[in-house]
Amino acid sequence: MNGTREIGRRTVLRGMLRGGAAVTVGLPVLESFLNANGTAYAATGAPLPPCFGTWFWGLGLIPNHWEPAIAGPDYEMPEHLAGLQPIRSKMNLFSGMQVFLDGKVNQNHYSGAQGQATGIVSRNGGDYSTSIDTLIGDHIGRGTRFRSLEVTCDGDRSASWSARGSSGLNPSETSPLALYARIFGDGFRDPNLAEFQPDPAVMVRHSVLSAVSEQRRKLMSSVSATDRARLDEYFSSVRDLEQKLAFELDRPAPLPACRVPEAGTEEIGALVEQVERTHRQFARLLAHAMACGQTRIFNLTMGSAFSRLRLPGEVNAYHALTHEEPIHPELGYQPGCKWLAERMMDFFREFVQTLDGVQEGEGTLLDRTVVFAFTDHGEARMHSMKRYPILTAGSGGGRMKTGLHVAAEGDAATRVGFTIQQALGLVNGSWGTESNQVSRPFTEVLA
Amino acid sequence: MNARFRLWGLRRFAALIVGLTVGASAAPGAAEELTFVRLTPAQYQRAVHDVFGPGIRVDEGTAVLGVRDRGLLAVGARRSTLTAAEVERYEALAQQIAEQVTDPARRATLIACRPAAEDAPDDACAARFVTRAGRFLFRRPLTEGETELYVAVARAAAETLGGYYAGLRAALAGMLVAPEFLFRVERSEPDPADPGKLRLDAWSRASRLSFFLWDRAPDHLLLDAAESGELLTPEGIERQVGRLLASPRAEQGVRAFFSDLLELDRFATLSIDSSLFPRFTKNVEDDAREQTLRTVVDHLLNRNRDYRDLFVTRDTFLTPPLAAIYGAPLPRSQELGGAVPWVPYRFPEGNSHVGLLGQVSFLALHSHPGRSSPTLRGQAVQQIFLCRTVPPPPPDVDFSLLQDTYNPDHRTTRDRLAVHRRNPACASCHNLTDPIGLTLEVFDAAGGYRTMENGAPIDASGALNGRTYAGPEGLAEALRDDPRAASCFIERAFSYGAARPPTDGERAWLADVEAELADGGLKWRALMRRIARHPGFYTVVPGAS
Repeated sequence: MNGTREIGRRTVLRGMLRGGAAVTVGLPVLESFLNANGTAYAATGAPLPPCFGTWFWGLGLIPNHWEPAIAGPDYEMPEHLAGLQPIRSKMNLFSGMQVFLDGKVNQNHYSGAQGQATGIVSRNGGDYSTSIDTLIGDHIGRGTRFRSLEVTCDGDRSASWSARGSSGLNPSETSPLALYARIFGDGFRDPNLAEFQPDPAVMVRHSVLSAVSEQRRKLMSSVSATDRARLDEYFSSVRDLEQKLAFELDRPAPLPACRVPEAGTEEIGALVEQVERTHRQFARLLAHAMACGQTRIFNLTMGSAFSRLRLPGEVNAYHALTHEEPIHPELGYQPGCKWLAERMMDFFREFVQTLDGVQEGEGTLLDRTVVFAFTDHGEARMHSMKRYPILTAGSGGGRMKTGLHVAAEGDAATRVGFTIQQALGLVNGSWGTESNQVSRPFTEVLA
Repeated sequence: MNARFRLWGLRRFAALIVGLTVGASAAPGAAEELTFVRLTPAQYQRAVHDVFGPGIRVDEGTAVLGVRDRGLLAVGARRSTLTAAEVERYEALAQQIAEQVTDPARRATLIACRPAAEDAPDDACAARFVTRAGRFLFRRPLTEGETELYVAVARAAAETLGGYYAGLRAALAGMLVAPEFLFRVERSEPDPADPGKLRLDAWSRASRLSFFLWDRAPDHLLLDAAESGELLTPEGIERQVGRLLASPRAEQGVRAFFSDLLELDRFATLSIDSSLFPRFTKNVEDDAREQTLRTVVDHLLNRNRDYRDLFVTRDTFLTPPLAAIYGAPLPRSQELGGAVPWVPYRFPEGNSHVGLLGQVSFLALHSHPGRSSPTLRGQAVQQIFLCRTVPPPPPDVDFSLLQDTYNPDHRTTRDRLAVHRRNPACASCHNLTDPIGLTLEVFDAAGGYRTMENGAPIDASGALNGRTYAGPEGLAEALRDDPRAASCFIERAFSYGAARPPTDGERAWLADVEAELADGGLKWRALMRRIARHPGFYTVVPGAS
């Protein structure tokens, strides 16, 4: 954080209010309509912007049952991943990757996910740093109402891998109804309505936040370096909110694919069927939020890495099951764990299909999105940091190829995150630290 | 109002604010260093209620995510900031609160000054409101610059939105999202008695004392004591500490500390399977938490007993749903739903539900959803009560070979863990946890008492610090007598108050405190008084946070 403020078109308003320039608030800033097939702004020819999101599931997959025999486009989908077959052409599968501990203690169910989400494995379980969604969001996510949206499907607000800086994770929304209200309740402006009037109450709220922001300099002068970073993060959060309100004051560009969805119902809990329903609701709401231009970044977790998912009446939740279910002597795997891991893949397919179901001209919302799906352990039963299953879906608007199995040979799992960053246009020479530092993307998936 | 006029008003509004903030002066006392501790949701709610009354609705669900550091959320609060989503929630909450405070039905009681006209700004009236509310919300007087700023906000918003109260609403919402409200700002100043050293200024002392002993913002007497300089003198601190500890509000202080220490926040994500434990309902969850807090408050405040006796006390309070879990007979009037659901109860001698470790809250919080866990329980005892860190298991350990509950040779958890402990890689940590946790195996995941597991009798024997015992009562006594129990508790109390762990220098004077308390016992008020009046509690150690 350097404290500088991006002056986007949405924040011009505030400058006008301050500086006393000619005020033209009621006018659309982008006087454009989408082209005939809805995939680009007609006035500029620019395609609809890319979106990015993370999709986290705990406890990996069953080793030796998910890695295809060959790399490339012609791999045979393993039976364990049969649930992914319908989205095969729109996704990539990465195998053979690991997260390096570099001699640090393995914080089980944490270090591996931390490494993939941030590029860094910390010495103890507490330290966390800027995550991939924040990096990418700073690049492609500006100019939307929400910088990002975080959700979790099992009711645990702390289940999140998204952070800016070192001062804590972005808490996840647990309630689909609350998320609905946040996106489509007060402050939502349907981009396709002809009428637009900026709300003076929002203008006042925006200016009040500007006043709070202006206190920054006064406080920053006498804080210690650690506190300065934290305070800066707080003010950065305030600026995000200013930006959100500025967005609400500006006439949105029309987005024909935008539909205001139904609020739906909810029943939050850690039973598999509850998690499935909550996930379905969140998938739908996130898709609508992106189609309506409210955000370009999301982070979804199925729950915490110590997964509490379980079937009714089952003594063990999923996490305990991975450690305690005996390996079936004939099958050679833990059948209960395999069944649950396959449900995770079913949920991922459903998520991807939900984005793919939002038609935007000739393409779909999925086509301009990259979804990065990752997990905490290669083999959860052993807390293994090797052989991580990693998935991506969508092409980010043609920036990534799909339909491939990429078979790595012990590479740092951070290569996948780095490849996505490169595809989405980040100009960084490398990502990660120590052995997890990578500087070579998987060029075979870059379009 | 037409749009042109409205925008003209806003433009003026913004220009005013920018002009004022640039000129705003530093806070009183010319601080040398500032540090920030985030308010908890409960502290936020009480701060609003203290200023505007308990009738103001402060919506649940706005909670920020706590981070536990060195065993305490209070310590994590010094490391935490507010994320974008959290600021968004707090701003929405600020709008809700400001709207309620300025509501026509409440104005008469909450806002003393009547404006000359309701449809126009009134700087003098706004200044009175901002000054009074600001002193409580920021826990110090506003600077002249800050007062001018919020009065300007009120004026500009009043012009824009066409009303004096709309202006106040904006000013109040601004104060409620300001860092000075959402964080406890600790300011230091040069210590005249110790040149070169820094000490907390008087206002920061007021906050530290009040959040330490009451878990809430300072009241007007404490702020007055800061203003008069009383809190800069040992006698003044002694007086205020005595007052705070004698107040009924001290109960909230005990509750907050023990909620943090015992990790009772984890009830929010507790998942005990009611299909396996039909008596473990949502009511039981709520009551189990409250049972523990009532037991602690009664033990430490009402009876003024030694903290360590909390491990062996048989005195507690029960409700009918809890009594069903404990198998405790309640008076018939209670079974039928008495007017007061809570009744005092004393577990009879010989009953295993003794002390904090025998309570449902501890037993259920440190279990799997459907199964008790000696390892989790043993780890919790070591970390919470003895301040020992139990490292996570190493990678590549195959648990499943040892955890087959259908293996006829290893029917009980003790049998299975014994195999585990024969593996040297596992033994070092499991020796710390299992001899404690296995004794608590006579309690199932919901906290109910049992004697058999999978048809085999449970052996509840164990050892702590070389002392062996046959069951939970022996474990409780061994824990009470463990010297680490006292020093750990004192260290946690300090860390909770200072929102950071002690430095080596501070550990030295905390050891003195422990020695001073050796004769009279580790009583809550005595301990709090000794920490809160110690000059070291107000010395600022650069870099300690």
